Amino acid sequence: MEPLVQEHSMTIGLAGNPNCGKTTMFNALTGSHQHVGNWPGVTVVTKMGHAHVGTVEVDIVDLPGTYSLTAYSEEEKAARNFLIGTRPAAVIDVLNADALERNLYLAVQILELGVPLVLALNMMDEVRRHGKDIDTALLTELTGCPAIETVARSGKGKQELLEAALDLAKTRDGRWEPLVISYGPDLDPVLDEMEAIIAKAGLLAGQVPPRWVGIKHLEGDESIIRRCSEAAPEASARLAALAAKVAAHLAKTLRASPDAIIADYRYGYITGIARQVVRYPAVDVERIRMSDRMDQVLTHQLAGPLAMALIIYLVYILTFKAGALPMEAVQGAFAWLGKTAEAAMPDGLLRSLVVSGVIAGVGGVLGFVPLIMIMFFLISALEDSGYVARMAYMLDRVFRIFGLHGTSVLPFIVAGGIAGGCAVPGVMATRALRSPKEKLATLLVTPFMTCGAKVPVFLMLAAAFFPGSEAGVMSLVTLTAWVSALLVAKLLRSTVVRGESTPFVMELPPYRMPTLSGLCIHTWERSWDYMRKAGTTILAISVLLWAAMTFPGLPADRAQFFDSGMASAQEQIDTAKAQGQEAPELADALQRLGAQRSEEALKASAAGRAGVALESISSLAGFNWRVNIALVGGLAAKEVIVSTLGTAYSLGEIDTKDAEPLSRLLAADATFSKAAALALIIFVILYAPCSVTIVTMARESSWKWAAFAMTFNTALAFVAAVAVFQTARLFI
Amino acid sequence: MRGPLTTLETPSEEIPVNSCITLRQAQVNQKLRICSVGAEGDLGRRIRDMGLMPGVEVTVVGKAPLRDPVALRLRDFTLALRNSEADYIVVEPLEG
Repeated sequence: MEPLVQEHSMTIGLAGNPNCGKTTMFNALTGSHQHVGNWPGVTVVTKMGHAHVGTVEVDIVDLPGTYSLTAYSEEEKAARNFLIGTRPAAVIDVLNADALERNLYLAVQILELGVPLVLALNMMDEVRRHGKDIDTALLTELTGCPAIETVARSGKGKQELLEAALDLAKTRDGRWEPLVISYGPDLDPVLDEMEAIIAKAGLLAGQVPPRWVGIKHLEGDESIIRRCSEAAPEASARLAALAAKVAAHLAKTLRASPDAIIADYRYGYITGIARQVVRYPAVDVERIRMSDRMDQVLTHQLAGPLAMALIIYLVYILTFKAGALPMEAVQGAFAWLGKTAEAAMPDGLLRSLVVSGVIAGVGGVLGFVPLIMIMFFLISALEDSGYVARMAYMLDRVFRIFGLHGTSVLPFIVAGGIAGGCAVPGVMATRALRSPKEKLATLLVTPFMTCGAKVPVFLMLAAAFFPGSEAGVMSLVTLTAWVSALLVAKLLRSTVVRGESTPFVMELPPYRMPTLSGLCIHTWERSWDYMRKAGTTILAISVLLWAAMTFPGLPADRAQFFDSGMASAQEQIDTAKAQGQEAPELADALQRLGAQRSEEALKASAAGRAGVALESISSLAGFNWRVNIALVGGLAAKEVIVSTLGTAYSLGEIDTKDAEPLSRLLAADATFSKAAALALIIFVILYAPCSVTIVTMARESSWKWAAFAMTFNTALAFVAAVAVFQTARLFI
Repeated sequence: MRGPLTTLETPSEEIPVNSCITLRQAQVNQKLRICSVGAEGDLGRRIRDMGLMPGVEVTVVGKAPLRDPVALRLRDFTLALRNSEADYIVVEPLEG
């Protein structure tokens, strides 16, 4: 075998429990030299970075945080596949030294594989503050692994850590030396027998130690068992029989399963080490820690929910207030760019494509960036401080009823749980959820919330049909959004995202002050991810929708009619001007003609024809063809609904923020009733998310689920709108 | 080959059955020792991965505003788990 440790480069894995400071350590080791990589077969993102030790370039792979290597979660699978598939030259296990026993549980499992392991005793500052002491030299002696004391937040010990890993990699030179733990009188003989069978059949030979394969059979590890039965069915059947026999025996004598016994002995082994290595303070054990004292207030029966409401409100206010200015600046810059391009280019299709398709589309995406950055900064701060875990803890009882998880509250709020949010950062905030089913259900219903772009639609309709009670309408809309989100989540969790809820069992890490550099790195990598990926796809979608609303355009004779009409009006204005006269009625006529031309052009476009064609169905919900086109436009961005409706009602270009003329027109339109307004409100709450959200949903889950959200939400919205319209018609 | 340096006690017959309660029934600030963990499969694995093993001493340090989930203090860290999960964990109240 060729030596794994080459002269100038090698790969080191960074493993550890969640909340152990692993990511902070990764940031400390690699600085800004990181990039995100996807490992085959798993959806979990693994980050890579570089560091230099002398002349050696070290590739550091940040494995997902796990408590174990049993391969039951995506994270555990990713970590294990990396260890077995990549065979790193060494692995650094970052341990929260303040909870050494539990953290060693993962270390022992890595050692059972035989991977060269260095222990980073992280958070040694906390250990000392709690009056504890750890005998590092003894830990090294008992485990056979170099143990280095570190404080990742300040970067203390990181150089020694890298050097220790490098030294170990050189000494071991790719050799795996598995740790052998006794699993007691019942399992040990079986394991010996299994080991012989595995070695003889050469199962996973050269990849993992035979005894480890045996342990996995006893633990009932499906992926390893499957690989063995594919490679050697006969040997595999014998292993299965052995495992079944000892399982039956254990069930009878100890009323326990083999994996429980294995965990017992592993912890027994660890407890033995910890008892010798960790010294607890003699008197101070009962001292209430700072963090526990904070919890007495922050998770208190009354004060807890109040504090949470306040914190959520602050996140929301800060994101949208502080984000408003840069967001307007970015949008203003794109508006200016659009105007400049419009002035610089000759009238025609190319100009329309560049201005309405490309610049408006890209601007639409980048306009969200300030919001996303601020939101991620605040959410990273809440996550790193340990507060998100408390939110999940306090709200879990409520959200569980609907098949969700306590943490689901965060995406809901950001997406517009308080009217005015944005579904894009909301969907991205579902990353804080660790349980896959709950995450998916949350992600699918998050877009129901009242995002800032939907607000003008509701306000405009309220002003038209319920003048004076806009505030009441908005409150009802927000309430409806929440109720719909929770009920649909329940529906999804009992049908397409069915399944047992993931065990909640969750660590409540002590409160910690987040580090600024960590927050900046998290914020940047998440925002950049959004800009790069969403930008490219959105551009395509935006151009596509532009085309749908432009082609095939007006028939030649109608275009001729408008053009000549507008030309003659312009001529008359010019003549009047030349004679020193103002001609306001002529200017009005010109503008009216232009607006009518836009209306007819829109009606003649693919989207317009679709709108007209859909009228026969959409009239069930009270929507005319104008509303239909506006809703199609809303697929690009919800902001477009009001402006497209304006074009369709021949208003020419209207200001989204001041839609009063449109309100008046709608209220006067005999084909658009009050019942239809109610139906439109419910439809806009529920129907397909905007294109940016769809792309983000696809990135956070898969295109399959994004497509599901588009079709399912629209179908649901239509059914609800028809029901509302038909019912309301009877009463209004 | 290294043997286990200690062996954890499995729930023994000496613990009188009537002193054992499920974790759900435990009071806040009550000190407890885990007698047995009845959960199997994924849940059992998660519970064990977090170090909730027979013989381990825990204290219920709080309950969420709606009395569920509960927060448990182990010697070195704090865990939260749902009442439905706590049902699988049988504990024995300790004096004091």
